[in-house]
Amino acid sequence: MKHLYSINNLNANEAISILDTAKSMAEVGGKSVKKLPTLLGRTVVNLFFEDSTRTRISFEAAAKRLSADVITFSAKGSSVSKGENLKDTAQTLEAIGADAVVIRHWASGAAQTLANSGWINSRVINAGDGTHEHPTQALLDAYTLRETLAPGQKDLSGIKVGIVGDILHSRVARSNVLLLNLLNAECVLIAPPTLLPIGVTTWNCQSSFSLDEALPELDAVMMLRVQQERMNAAYFPNAREYARDFGLNAKRLSAMKPNSIVLHPGPMNRGMEITAEVADSPRSLITSQVTNGVSVRMSVLYHLLSGVAE
Amino acid sequence: MTLLIKNVKVLGETAQDVLIENQKIVEVKPTGKISNAEEVIDAKDKVLLPGLVDLHTHLRQPGREDAETVLSGARAAACGGYTAVHSMANTNPVADTAGVVEQVYRLGEDTGLVSVHPVGAVTVSLAGSQLAELKAMADSKAKVRIFSDDGKCVEDSVIMRRALEYVKAFNGVVAQHAQESRLSANGQMNESALSATLGLTGWPNVAEEAIVARDILLCELVDSRLHICHASTKGTVELLARAKDKQINVTAEVTPHHLLLDEDFVKDYNPVFKVNPPLRHKDDVLALREALASGVIDVVATDHAPHPLEDKETEWASAAFGMLGLENALSVVATVMVHGGKFTWRDVARVMSKKPAEIAGHQDQGQAIEPGSIANLCLVDPNIEYQVDARNSFSLSRNNPYHGMKLISKPILTVHKGKVTFREKATK
Amino acid sequence: MKTRLVLESSDISRAIVRISHEILENNKGSKNLLVLGIPSGGVPLAERIAKKISEIEGKDVKHGVLDVTLYRDDVRLRPARTPQETKIPQINFDESVVVLVDDVLYSGRTIRAALDAIVSIGRPRKVQLAVLIDRGHRELPIRPDYVGKNLPTSELQSIKVRLKEIDGVDEVEVTD
Repeated sequence: MKHLYSINNLNANEAISILDTAKSMAEVGGKSVKKLPTLLGRTVVNLFFEDSTRTRISFEAAAKRLSADVITFSAKGSSVSKGENLKDTAQTLEAIGADAVVIRHWASGAAQTLANSGWINSRVINAGDGTHEHPTQALLDAYTLRETLAPGQKDLSGIKVGIVGDILHSRVARSNVLLLNLLNAECVLIAPPTLLPIGVTTWNCQSSFSLDEALPELDAVMMLRVQQERMNAAYFPNAREYARDFGLNAKRLSAMKPNSIVLHPGPMNRGMEITAEVADSPRSLITSQVTNGVSVRMSVLYHLLSGVAE
Repeated sequence: MTLLIKNVKVLGETAQDVLIENQKIVEVKPTGKISNAEEVIDAKDKVLLPGLVDLHTHLRQPGREDAETVLSGARAAACGGYTAVHSMANTNPVADTAGVVEQVYRLGEDTGLVSVHPVGAVTVSLAGSQLAELKAMADSKAKVRIFSDDGKCVEDSVIMRRALEYVKAFNGVVAQHAQESRLSANGQMNESALSATLGLTGWPNVAEEAIVARDILLCELVDSRLHICHASTKGTVELLARAKDKQINVTAEVTPHHLLLDEDFVKDYNPVFKVNPPLRHKDDVLALREALASGVIDVVATDHAPHPLEDKETEWASAAFGMLGLENALSVVATVMVHGGKFTWRDVARVMSKKPAEIAGHQDQGQAIEPGSIANLCLVDPNIEYQVDARNSFSLSRNNPYHGMKLISKPILTVHKGKVTFREKATK
Repeated sequence: MKTRLVLESSDISRAIVRISHEILENNKGSKNLLVLGIPSGGVPLAERIAKKISEIEGKDVKHGVLDVTLYRDDVRLRPARTPQETKIPQINFDESVVVLVDDVLYSGRTIRAALDAIVSIGRPRKVQLAVLIDRGHRELPIRPDYVGKNLPTSELQSIKVRLKEIDGVDEVEVTD
């Protein structure tokens, strides 16, 4: 595995190895020296063309716990004001000596473009590219699901996961659908029709317009953030109607299986897709996701920076 | 100056000798009957077509001479077998006055390589709200007959109606770039299952078809001439077929890239495949090929759109829309249509020379290859198979989507008004 | 390619017994003893040694697993290996006498990594090393305290240790 810009870069065995290794990585937190020397002397660059404190901090912590050096580069720019040139920025980092580049970009495909361009020799990890994918988020979600719902298993067979919200614009949803399939979980996408992409019927998952109908069968529900801006583009009439039909509240939580869990990639719109009550309940594993995020990213960095690439 | 093209298959049919003197074809006789000429070209097994006419080219001058100039574009055109091109108005300044179109016309004349016919903008600055001085452009030295806001759509129904009506006075034609702006807002590629997977905003077929449908109705109402630029969808083909059944005066063009490439090429986010309208689904491509074969689509036009490296070597969303086309157009059409069994070489001449010349109103292009016609000719090696190398190009830009692909047939000699404007190195 | 058996089941058992006695003799008893096996071969061996010592002394001796994958010095050179779980029993680590157990001692790099792994857990009073086979060719200044069998080999030969718990049989093979 040379780069991780999409879940499609992994086969099932590789995905499972990453999850298994993440477990060992998680042990570091319990030791007296909370560091591993594994990536000593390697340089990991966080190349962020889009603001994201949480993901950036998570990757920083992951790299540092493996004793790697971390450099963060926040480039200006958006789909509106193009900003820094990807090729120039990448080549500057290469000149500094990056072993791995963790890239978050507002344009779909940017990580893949960077990985396959031939502009740099470093390994490329996609930390979120536009509305395309966010592979490490899916991996940490899978890790959380496995640890909680299927601790003895290698994969996620027998588990049914619902993903609720703005599927159309969600890179988290896309990566999760791919990974859940790879790990043999069942997956259902729940959203109003305007927020499901044309062609979703060709994806390997079910879809539903009714949260209430889908909830009782789920072992886990993943709530996606829904942005207020989507109202202005007429994806749904207003926040109230959205929250009424697709928001996870205490009543809906009690209609779910008793041991089922709630996930959210963050940041949350409390009151929109999820109520404070649910977010803070013991069945919500949102903070575990954050902890697991560091372990999983440590595992990804280790796997990508080991050995000679194929 | 006499030039003899010997033993050549005229329109891919009987082998004949064609003698050119000064600007005209003077003799066309069975092989062996003509012997004397200053220059003799042995064209055994080659095909002779009338010089190709492109109704849709972007020469970028004035304003973007970093991407292409009239001269470099003319060289690329000659290399592709073209003897006439129509340069679109979305330059900087926009070609919306007699002044700018005359400038481009003169730059074209100065090249001596190709007849450059500027297309005039429909609206001032392509802003879509006020008609440009269409008559002034028609009366200028550039004798503009084709008007287009290409790059942008004339979206206001009333403005489009007025334009169609206004050009009737001088037998003009309005060429529409059909793209409803709200439905295709921020569109990056064809809207489909693939765009959903890639996370790229889709540009649905309906955004083109809705405008085509409206404009056909307007054209019928005011009894004028409408031309649809770069038709790209199955639905557009269906609308055109129905319009032609009703004898509405609408013509349409398809680009070589929409005949050969489909949306799957976008899978790796390589911006060389980013174009407007986007590469569509295989079903659309097949419908376009059938339509060109049956005449529902009248002509092939390149939509040659040069872009400098920095506008293409970037993440997809930031890349410019457009592909090169002049140099490989004939090869693409031959590969898809002739070697695909749908076309004879006579058909190629029809869609790439005769009919475009007719739509543009040129008497001296697309003519029959017979004594008395102006010598605008394209000599083709029909069976040569070659691999496209984007670096080997007369264009100033390198955004060639066919790079690395194997194509069949190649123009090897181009003659413009009796003068050889392009010669493949291997030809004597 | 010639393969020959150098140790069979009974040889291995005897080695385990002798090593167990040596550990007790050397440390004057089993107080604070912690036997840690390095995956994968060292793990069953550590268990057997701990059990044997417990038998001899009549007191329970703790054993565990120490995975060293993430401390190796050849991360850059080899493809990623999935680490196994490190299992340290609940004891006062800093008071313990750790006996590391591995099946084969060769370059010594695995043991160096194990020492780093130990340091990240705590600061035991003593660390000793027990191996079933010492095949020589050390690349680092590492030496074992307890050896089952010294087996000088050339670098062209390979040694295969099979253990009942993993492979169903106890034996050691050398292949030229």
